[in-house]
Amino acid sequence: MTSETKTAGESADYEAAADSSPQAVASFDEHHHGLGHKIQHTLHQTPSLVPLIVLVLSIIAFGIMLGSKFFSPFALTLILQQVQIVGIVAAAQSIVILTAGIDLSVGAIMVLSSVVMGQFTFRYGLPVEVAVACGLLCGTICGYINGFLVAVVKLPPFIVTLGMWQIVLATNFLYSANETIRSQDIANTAPLLQLFGNKVNIGGAIFTYGVIFLVLLVLVLAYALRQTAWGRHVYAVGDDPEAAQLSGVQVKKVLISVYMLSGLICAFAGWAMIGRIGSVSPTSGQLANIESITAVVIGGISLFGGRGSILGSLFGALIVGVFTLGLRLLGADAQWTYLLIGLLIIAAVAVDQWIRKVSV
Amino acid sequence: MEPVLQARSLVKRYGRVVAMDHADLELYPGEILAVIGDNGAGKSTLIKALSGAVIPDEGDILLDGKTVNFTSPIQARDAGIETVYQTLAMSPALSIADNMFMGRELRKPGIMGAWLRQLDRKKMEEIARQKLSELGLLTIQNINQAVETLSGGQRQGVAVARAATFGSKVVIMDEPTAALGVKESRRVLDLIMDVRARGLPIVLISHNMPHVFEVADRIHIHRLGRRACVIRPSDFSMSDAVAIMTGAMDPPEDLAA
Repeated sequence: MTSETKTAGESADYEAAADSSPQAVASFDEHHHGLGHKIQHTLHQTPSLVPLIVLVLSIIAFGIMLGSKFFSPFALTLILQQVQIVGIVAAAQSIVILTAGIDLSVGAIMVLSSVVMGQFTFRYGLPVEVAVACGLLCGTICGYINGFLVAVVKLPPFIVTLGMWQIVLATNFLYSANETIRSQDIANTAPLLQLFGNKVNIGGAIFTYGVIFLVLLVLVLAYALRQTAWGRHVYAVGDDPEAAQLSGVQVKKVLISVYMLSGLICAFAGWAMIGRIGSVSPTSGQLANIESITAVVIGGISLFGGRGSILGSLFGALIVGVFTLGLRLLGADAQWTYLLIGLLIIAAVAVDQWIRKVSV
Repeated sequence: MEPVLQARSLVKRYGRVVAMDHADLELYPGEILAVIGDNGAGKSTLIKALSGAVIPDEGDILLDGKTVNFTSPIQARDAGIETVYQTLAMSPALSIADNMFMGRELRKPGIMGAWLRQLDRKKMEEIARQKLSELGLLTIQNINQAVETLSGGQRQGVAVARAATFGSKVVIMDEPTAALGVKESRRVLDLIMDVRARGLPIVLISHNMPHVFEVADRIHIHRLGRRACVIRPSDFSMSDAVAIMTGAMDPPEDLAA
């Protein structure tokens, strides 16, 4: 039954040709040629470079066209104030999109959280600190529901957050009875609610606490995403959840933590919004979800997950702010802003697709 | 000699389909045990049971003589069993170093690590570079290169290096040469033998008979959900192995399980 094998001989034949060829398969040298490749490689490494360049160019362009009217500390920091809410929400949106998800409920969570902060103070007479904490908790719970439905029930993020958007928004209107809490009342009895509206003036440059919070938030998130295991796991989950699971990442925990953090950040955005508009209004912030996705996409974060940096979405939000203010100062019709933003979105995704073609 | 890893009479049913029908397996220290079998023979279920991805309905798995009950791949990994999956389980957009340490990142000592949870990138990169060069993947220049920029063979190399770095007891490799060309397969086979030379026993699942006969010390032939027999590649020809695998030939009496 046994027979002498010719294994060694056979495999030698089989691979004779291979043996004579160079064995340098496992060398990892880079050999790029041409400028195109170099640019592609650099962008692949630093995806927030594109929005940064666009931002700087647009500031320079408007600066040349408008002179000191635009290129002043006041005007430039005014842009920051105008984008602070969208910027904060975009930070929340970024971490969700990095996991290849999407959060359509960000704006609704923001508004509901601000309403909770206001109503808990004025309707129930709770200490304002407690009311704020409840508002932040409210946002986090909404985020947890999103995360649970996405990670455990395994529903598509688009559907989950589309549903939650409606549910949270309706809850907001039902609970608040569509009542606005007036700015003066807040200023008199609960000024903590308007905390983020406080201003710091440095030589004509005006920074609100909300703007400072936005910048700090982005820096902290950038650190967490780049320098901690959690951040690496967020990227890995967005890249390929099955691979991440097999290499030992607790995918469900990461997803739930991301949606909870997103909810919490939205609640902070709600708090900042009270500071920005002064009052607590259940009808405000309706476009926050679309505006935040716009900022994230222009910021070069891939909607397919796993690629991009949070700094990019800050730049994305600022680009929108620069175009909005610049075109308004030029006296152009506001529709030109939307037209240009639309072009930028499509261009940003085209660049993302180009970067993804890995001939790097 | 006591087996490092042993499966005793494992049973796994999916509805009315019996994927494992009292399957056995023994892996001895320092050997390469190839597992071959026709499609649907149940070898991947067996391997998944060993790596914790499938929980068997009946039977025992023993690691170093002690019964283990894995409910997830993470537990098997913590016990010292590393698996190189056919899909490689890597995140393409992340770097070689990131991928090697995915799920077991090192944190910096002191306040930065304990409080701010900062990763010790330098140390991870250093270890990754050292491990890759130990395995002859020496010419890596940029350990921070994204994995998607590597060729198939290079990716396989990184995956094997990851398993060899962290596997303390057993390395399981699922079809490591299936997606590779002849030349790249050659490198990966050398790599597999390097890993064995470092004392780690390997379970190798493969369809490629020449590869199996070249590197394996023993060949476990799986058929109809159970072990048909274990042969030594020096005693049988490839066509005999295929004949046993497909049922065209009865397994030798003295070797039958």
